[in-house]
Amino acid sequence: MLDWGELWPPIRLTLELAAATTVLLLLVGTPIAWWLARSRARWKEAVAAVVALPLVLPPTVLGFYLLLFLGPRGPGGDVAELFGLRTFAFTFTGLLFGSVLFSMPFVVQPIRNAFEAFGERPLEVAATLRASRWDAFWSVAVPLARPGFLTGAVLGFAHTVGEFGVVLMIGGNIPGRTRTLSVAIFDYVNTLRWTEAHIIAGGMVVFSFVVILAMFVLEKRFSRLRG
Amino acid sequence: MSLWSRVAGGLLAVAIALPVVRADAADVSVAVAANFTDAANEIGAAFQRATGHRAVYSFGSTGQLYTQITQGAPFQVFLSADQATAKRAVDENNAVAGTQFTYAVGKLVLYSKNPSLVTGEATLRGGAFRKIALANPSAAPYGSAAMEVMRALSVLSSLQPKIVQGDNIGQTYQFIDTGNAELGFVALSQVIAVRGGSRWIVPDTLYPPIRQDAVLTRAGANAAAARQFLDFLKSAEAVALMERYGYGKGT
Repeated sequence: MLDWGELWPPIRLTLELAAATTVLLLLVGTPIAWWLARSRARWKEAVAAVVALPLVLPPTVLGFYLLLFLGPRGPGGDVAELFGLRTFAFTFTGLLFGSVLFSMPFVVQPIRNAFEAFGERPLEVAATLRASRWDAFWSVAVPLARPGFLTGAVLGFAHTVGEFGVVLMIGGNIPGRTRTLSVAIFDYVNTLRWTEAHIIAGGMVVFSFVVILAMFVLEKRFSRLRG
Repeated sequence: MSLWSRVAGGLLAVAIALPVVRADAADVSVAVAANFTDAANEIGAAFQRATGHRAVYSFGSTGQLYTQITQGAPFQVFLSADQATAKRAVDENNAVAGTQFTYAVGKLVLYSKNPSLVTGEATLRGGAFRKIALANPSAAPYGSAAMEVMRALSVLSSLQPKIVQGDNIGQTYQFIDTGNAELGFVALSQVIAVRGGSRWIVPDTLYPPIRQDAVLTRAGANAAAARQFLDFLKSAEAVALMERYGYGKGT
């Protein structure tokens, strides 16, 4: 028996998580990307490697450390105490924290590439026009790097929607709060409720296709604008 | 000869020699409900000593394992944590009729690492905790037994917001052990060897008995070693091991 009311909460939760993750990552990732693109520090590639780690790390590694980090015996637990919680595991905040780490390379890398692509010249020109560095960043660098921001946002959002391992490990499968789409699919499959699994999984295929198609179309348009 | 070719030659020799150790020894692939993990490992060792065959385990929730079996997973024996799923395997022609039997009766325990938190059903009625862990009731029999207990004590609705679900009983115990949940319902077998903490062995009047059934799956229908493994589960040695882990005797 199909219960549509049961399908909606994981979808809504996942969209909320992905949206919040994307906004946070644009805020946190932009300065990191800027620094990685501009700095001449010798150890910057080491920082870049740390940011890119989740590309290679199994999600279970991240999930394991997060569980300890967010738990009552980790630093996250101390912060959680301030909010009257025992742990950030099993909370939306915990998932958000994990998603930000997990999706960080997907946002930082395209923005960094975009910052690097236009080189020093536009910023030097802005400086000769007496633009402050802050002004130059907002009125020159950001507009020039727009394709990078767009790609980063789309990839960050899509990757968070598709997250599974980390959520399974730190989520606790709470309906409406930590039971995301991918975990719901896992549950439906494991309980042989395949009608529901088909609906969500099929929806994910369509969603992912649209995301990737939109990326390709946008990229083409941007390169035509530039060319 | 270079070092590398000597190492490679050595490995090759080992690889060739290994299967000859025991020509009649076979691997039995067994899907095991997570609550039975520790007992299964000991039984596997005893089984190998007795027969030379090796039991190779895959652990998971009963629901997850059965889903994999329906999709042709090469498990030869299925140790379910309930009767319903084992019966379903037979009914759906994924297991061999006539091979189903109860290998153990599981006991549910409310456990906390905090030595004073769990005192009995009063702990559940008081609700003086923030997170209580149990296994996913739709896929894990110990999870649905935990729901039954809370229903029987009429505390389910008040505790509902505090429930966190492990994917299986193993993850559920991990949530408690890491302290992320203060307490939770686990299998007695998981904590029987653990000292300290506080626990309440839930009276079996509060939930239907967790009869755990084994079946020979279709993939194991022609494997003599798999049938031997099922027989071994009924042996006095295996039963004694299970009792040490807190399981009641099956049929």
